[in-house]
Amino acid sequence: MKELQVLARKLLAEGSVGVVIGYEEGPHGVRPAFITRSEDAGRLVFDPRCVHNLATYLSPRRSVVKGLGKPAVVVKGCDARAVAGLLRESQLTRDDVVLIAVRCGGVMQHPAQHVDLRAETVADRCAGCDVREPHLFDFMVGEAPTAPPATDRREARIRELEAGSPADRWAFWQQELARCVRCHACRQACPMCFCERCVADKTQPGWIESSPHPRGNLAFHLTRAIHQAGRCVDCGECERACPAGIPLGLLNRKLALVVAERFGHHASDDPSVPAPIGSYASNDGQEFIL
Amino acid sequence: MATAAESLTTFEPRITAFVCNWCTYTGADLAGTSRLQMAPNVRIVRLPCTGRIDPLFVIKAFERGADGVIVSGCHPADCHYTAGNYHARRRFAVFRELLDFMGIDTRRVTFSWVSASEGGKWRDVVNETVARVQELGPFEAYHQLAGRQA
Repeated sequence: MKELQVLARKLLAEGSVGVVIGYEEGPHGVRPAFITRSEDAGRLVFDPRCVHNLATYLSPRRSVVKGLGKPAVVVKGCDARAVAGLLRESQLTRDDVVLIAVRCGGVMQHPAQHVDLRAETVADRCAGCDVREPHLFDFMVGEAPTAPPATDRREARIRELEAGSPADRWAFWQQELARCVRCHACRQACPMCFCERCVADKTQPGWIESSPHPRGNLAFHLTRAIHQAGRCVDCGECERACPAGIPLGLLNRKLALVVAERFGHHASDDPSVPAPIGSYASNDGQEFIL
Repeated sequence: MATAAESLTTFEPRITAFVCNWCTYTGADLAGTSRLQMAPNVRIVRLPCTGRIDPLFVIKAFERGADGVIVSGCHPADCHYTAGNYHARRRFAVFRELLDFMGIDTRRVTFSWVSASEGGKWRDVVNETVARVQELGPFEAYHQLAGRQA
């Protein structure tokens, strides 16, 4: 942590960045911090409560963040995948940002929890993480981590749903989506949802009905999920941002499994790896096509 | 020939077909000019390419009362725009799995490659889809989802 503060202080003092986006202690656990003065660098912290994906603040629609000057961002491995996604999709150039990577030994499910990494409290995405030491960075801080005890509970739930009939799954999702109030927090929290005007906000033509009723909710969540297929970096921010507790992670995880199985694609922190939707192979499977 | 009483009780599904201009639309045209007999339940929406077919079209079709959907275009390597159908193939491979995971019976959605010379294949695709959806019945689960007016 000292290492991180010293580095941030140096970057701000020498003027190579305008803002360091990191984490600080807040009244309800750890929260994102925007440090613009080198004397404030001592506020920066990093521990397993730092669940937020700060790459979200790099998306081009964040005009307020842009006004703070060139950013240095504290990224975990999973967050670095989001930065790679933005680079891959030309939303960012590598020179626009300084990446301070932290070696990460897993995070909690929620930033307000006490640090206590157990199989029950660790975030689902930490199971099988291959970027505990990020590969995309300018500076790397922290000690070599050990993997936390973790299992991805989502996969068991997906298998359970798939064992049922389409009617069972329909009933399950209708019950979950009935709570959606269409606040679009899932979209706002997502680092990969960066369209200047979202199709869900457009009214002429209005493809997706915007008030919270079952028909519009289903259209929105189908669209959100398909737009994330092969692009989702599995940071879990959509589900964490959802005030209604809708298990969006199940949809994202399901589609990640589909693109892995069909196209051999895994979320990557290498910007040169092409996204599976938007690229193709002439021998892609087509067993479902007459 | 069905009697009047019978035709009132048989369910006639509404099928929306999204087809590409260069292959399937021309193939369907060929089926028509060749006077091939096929089920009259399909409404065709012509698009430049399967690559232009957004998954939202399928969602909208169900919202507006379709019981089934057909998506059809050029065979691989035949795309008028070189690769539109390859992109569509990936997109719909994933979208189909998403529909299934969210509980929409994928037997309601047919994907096919029909070239401009395959009038007979188009007839088969149409008849097969209509028969399949007829068996599944009206897509009431989707049509009865409450909308703004409810």
